[in-house]
Amino acid sequence: MRSIRWLAVVPFLALLGGPFFVNRATPLILGLPVLLAWIVAWILITSLIMAVIYATDPANREDGP
Amino acid sequence: MNSALPFIAAAALLALALGFLARRGKDMSLEQWTVGGRGFGALFVFLLLAGEIYTTFTFLGGSGYAYGKGAPAYYILAYGTLAYVLSYFMLPPIWRYAKENRLYSQSDFFVRKYDSPALGVLVALVDIVALIPYLVLQFKGLGIIVDTASYGAISPALAIWIGAIVVATYVMVSGVHGSAWTSVAKDSLILAIVVFLGIYLPYHYYGGLGSMFAAIEQAKPGFTALPAQGESVWWFSSTVLLTALGFYMWPHGFASIYTAKNATVIRKNAIVLPLYQLILLFVFFVGFAATLQIPGLTGSNIDLALFKLSVKAFDPWFVGVIGATGVLTALVPGSMILMTAATLIANNLYRVVNPSADDRQISRIAKLLVPVVALVAVFFTLKGGETIVALLLMGYSFVTQLFPALVLSLARRNIATREGAAAGIIAGVATVAAVSLTGANFHKLPWLPVQIQDLNIGIVALAVNVVVLMAVSLTMRAIAAPARVPAE
Repeated sequence: MRSIRWLAVVPFLALLGGPFFVNRATPLILGLPVLLAWIVAWILITSLIMAVIYATDPANREDGP
Repeated sequence: MNSALPFIAAAALLALALGFLARRGKDMSLEQWTVGGRGFGALFVFLLLAGEIYTTFTFLGGSGYAYGKGAPAYYILAYGTLAYVLSYFMLPPIWRYAKENRLYSQSDFFVRKYDSPALGVLVALVDIVALIPYLVLQFKGLGIIVDTASYGAISPALAIWIGAIVVATYVMVSGVHGSAWTSVAKDSLILAIVVFLGIYLPYHYYGGLGSMFAAIEQAKPGFTALPAQGESVWWFSSTVLLTALGFYMWPHGFASIYTAKNATVIRKNAIVLPLYQLILLFVFFVGFAATLQIPGLTGSNIDLALFKLSVKAFDPWFVGVIGATGVLTALVPGSMILMTAATLIANNLYRVVNPSADDRQISRIAKLLVPVVALVAVFFTLKGGETIVALLLMGYSFVTQLFPALVLSLARRNIATREGAAAGIIAGVATVAAVSLTGANFHKLPWLPVQIQDLNIGIVALAVNVVVLMAVSLTMRAIAAPARVPAE
């Protein structure tokens, strides 16, 4: 399950590379400019990704470090 | 006397009271005072790490940035998110090493990993040079907030003196416990206030979020997307990357990792902190709402956008509540910076000069240094001219220079030697200073492609740092091989 950790690379691609493709003000998505909507969406997805990594990480099952 | 004043006064008293109460039942040894006895659970660690994000800079600067420049402000949302992803993997080993070796400061970490008190002195100096301007920034923000929210009844200078006395007092008494307790009040207030302002103001002035952004697009086309040149996408990506790497290099943030009672606490926070960042979104909404409502603020005055709009939209008592929140956003990070700076001077500078000092003496000296550091910061806040502004801009880049030597030291076999680490940090910091003081940037090199010109110049300093670190480390190893034991 350690390969799931590689999911952590995705937010970097999305937030560092994504803006090159979605740098637009319009149309508004849920009231937000496209670029801002993209960033907000990826914040939510990042949290989800970290939750998945956390849940599958054996390190969190031990009590100690 | 106006109706805003009681709320602002209440915030200062609340901080003081919580700060004192936090001490209860603790003997304030150095370990309790500076790293909370390494016993904090997920909530306190969360608040300490979050406390670092929601400073006066975010409150005033975040809204001001959105007001004045539009889309480039989004970078603040993005870099924190990436920093939290890194934190999941990077912080647990740091925490474990700090616990095993009973470390108190970021500088201690370098001392142990590279077995070099001299490197510790270097790191402590870089830290202090970055921290003092950061504290000055909090005090400056405090002055602006109280002056505006009290409708001029309390001058910035008076506010700064009162704030400095309050924060120095509770830091001396309770240390990091005081920061943690006061951040409970601060984060509850800021969450409520910022979310309210970010929803209410767009509705009040524009009838909704969508219509607000539509109105802005009509009045200033392209304001809510990155410009083609200057703060372009290239600028955005390079800046997000650099600031994400430097994020946990701030010594007060770094030391707050030590307070965790186990590594799981830190990993849990990597899930929650990205979501908590979204508070910034509401700060941006306030800034955007102000763009068309109170146009005309320029220069450093853009930081007043949030308060100017609030004064226009609300009764004085509510401006007082916002002011009270602002006061806490200055005091809580201020308390952590103050404590960290005092610990660094006592533990990593004084102890080197006087190695026989025990923890009890170091603890006493650290506490005595708190008012001294506060006084220095007040002095710079009230008297400091351009120098302090220049240092402020450099602070983040300075601490980022610690990143390469730190990350390499986490590897099982560290390729960097102590000489390499020191040389890299010195070269990186010197580059930052040279670049900042001469105002150099890639735009001065017109033969470069336009995209490259927009890259954050901080990348150069980091590159110089890594190259020097590698060159010196490899040379030292070649000279000393094979007798030398690699630095662990």
